[in-house]
Amino acid sequence: MSDLFRWDWVLDHRDDVWLALGEHMWLTFLAVAIGLAISVPTGIFVSRHRKLYGPVTALTGFLYTIPSLALFAFLTPVTGLSTTTAEIGLVSYTLLILIRNVVAGLDGVSPDAKEAARGMGYTDRQLLWKVELPLALPTIVAGLRIATVTTIGLVTVTALIGKGGVGYFILFGLSRSFSTAIILGAVLAVALAVVFDVLLLRSERLLVPWTRSSEERPA
Amino acid sequence: MADSMISLRNVSKRFANSTDAAVDDLSMDVYAGETVVLVGPSGCGKTTTMKMINRLVEPTSGTIVVDGTDVRKQDPVELRRGIGYVIQSIGLMPHRTIASNIATVPKLLGWDAARISDRTRELIAMLDLDPGLLARYPSELSGGQRQRVGVARALATDPPVMLMDEPFGAVDPIVRARLQDQFLEIQKKLNKTIVFVTHDIDEAIKLADRIAILNTGASIEQFAPPEEILREPANDFVERFVGAERGLKRLALIKVSEIQIEQGPVCSPRDSVADANEEMERFGFDWVSIVDDGELLGWIGQRDLEGRPRLTDITPRPFSAYVTKESTLRHALDSIVSSRTQVAVVAEEGQRYAGILTLERISREIVS
Ligand SMILES: Nc1ncnc2c1ncn2[C@@H]1O[C@H](COP(=O)(O)OP(=O)(O)OP(=O)(O)O)[C@@H](O)[C@H]1O
Ligand SMILES: [Mg+2]
Repeated sequence: MSDLFRWDWVLDHRDDVWLALGEHMWLTFLAVAIGLAISVPTGIFVSRHRKLYGPVTALTGFLYTIPSLALFAFLTPVTGLSTTTAEIGLVSYTLLILIRNVVAGLDGVSPDAKEAARGMGYTDRQLLWKVELPLALPTIVAGLRIATVTTIGLVTVTALIGKGGVGYFILFGLSRSFSTAIILGAVLAVALAVVFDVLLLRSERLLVPWTRSSEERPA
Repeated sequence: MADSMISLRNVSKRFANSTDAAVDDLSMDVYAGETVVLVGPSGCGKTTTMKMINRLVEPTSGTIVVDGTDVRKQDPVELRRGIGYVIQSIGLMPHRTIASNIATVPKLLGWDAARISDRTRELIAMLDLDPGLLARYPSELSGGQRQRVGVARALATDPPVMLMDEPFGAVDPIVRARLQDQFLEIQKKLNKTIVFVTHDIDEAIKLADRIAILNTGASIEQFAPPEEILREPANDFVERFVGAERGLKRLALIKVSEIQIEQGPVCSPRDSVADANEEMERFGFDWVSIVDDGELLGWIGQRDLEGRPRLTDITPRPFSAYVTKESTLRHALDSIVSSRTQVAVVAEEGQRYAGILTLERISREIVS
């Protein structure tokens, strides 16, 4: 039993664990932030120019279906074993979810609220920033949550190109048939995913005070 | 004639994907300070007409002038900020509190916080809204409260022109009647130029200075004051639209002071019983009003006189309902129908006797 999971090994490698967690979060954050930076403007544009939605979904859907290993195999000759390679892959996987949720969020904005806002003299820009985006925010954050959790999982795979956060432990364990490292990597990845899922769910609720009932809201 | 505040000249709107014009060659003037109500069947172009006034919809052809300026020569955003607008489905911002919703246009115009909060307080008092609602979100209000917030928001910057598209559409009849009364009260004070859309002919009759009855393509079937539309519907379409009870509806628009009231049997408490009998006979009534020095004391029936030597010994019975000169004929009719004597007694301020109204007299107003 003690061979399956050796605490002493974990304690010896405490510093590596923290480093790996830090790298994992950084890679995830970078991927989701870049994904969002691409998806929000794209989503806004696509929701205004509906004809483009089909092609954009087809493209991001195609990216989403490429097996991650294959994608890294394609990219490595071009961008090497680098963070860039990892991020190109990770960002690509966020786009389908994020763009879809941005568009769905904007679509879900009450047409009455938009019409009233225009009728009262909002400019297009004010309409976007003060009405459409705030009202789309819950849906966008919901997408962000899925994208984050998905990315946390995928980062373990990027360990293959040397940028893997806690995935490194899994890879290390697999190569030496060392179960402690495999379990450690897997547990850490799952724990990260759960923590971020809960945190983002919380912030989702905080961001939409208008859907809570008045009893819940501090007076 | 007063100044035309909103003027539409040969205005048409043809939407890209349809063959028929939503609005077909409409010309109409709305004068400063009047309430014009557009009524007509669903899809006849009421909302489209209204949206062309604030350029939410651009006309295919024709000219619209608001307050002396062609709307096409104005920046649409500026134009809209200057016109109060209540949309068909209210359209409050779900993510903003009621206070923030009401402050929408003042904020766009850059008012300072103190001015906004003063104005907000003024508006909620005017619309009889509880200040406790200000911190809530729209989803936490009742339908009637929301509609009032919609109206408050449109009134926020005190715009001279208001466009109101079925502002009281989604509430029950009782709340609706209250909102209408409030509307009339506010309009009496503020004297805005209002274009008001409704499906409900009774609402139109109650609120309008003039009603435009529209048919498909916003073609005007009749454009006249409510009383005239009820008295002389221009054609079958209008007649069907105003409904079978137009005679009765018209009664609600005529005040007692506007018609010739009749004289009824009257005695002074000091008159003799013989005088009273004679007076009743003269009018063919079995009762007589007792009026002392112009003051209406009540009535005495023929049977009360039996065995009594003098009228002073008899206490006059109070009338169950009076009608004043400010009452409507509709109200008078209700009194007549529910009174024992089948007659409404008209009294003026301080119970001064003025005359009577009979069913025959009122039915003459129904047929004419
Ligand atoms: N944006 C649009 N594109 C195409 N057609 C439209 C558009 N808006 C309105 N229409 C059409 O124009 C006609 C008039 O519509 P409008 O909304 O003005 O009617 P309405 O009199 O306000 O009806 P309701 O009483 O149901 O509100 C309808 O046939 C409608 O389908
Ligand atoms: Mg309409």
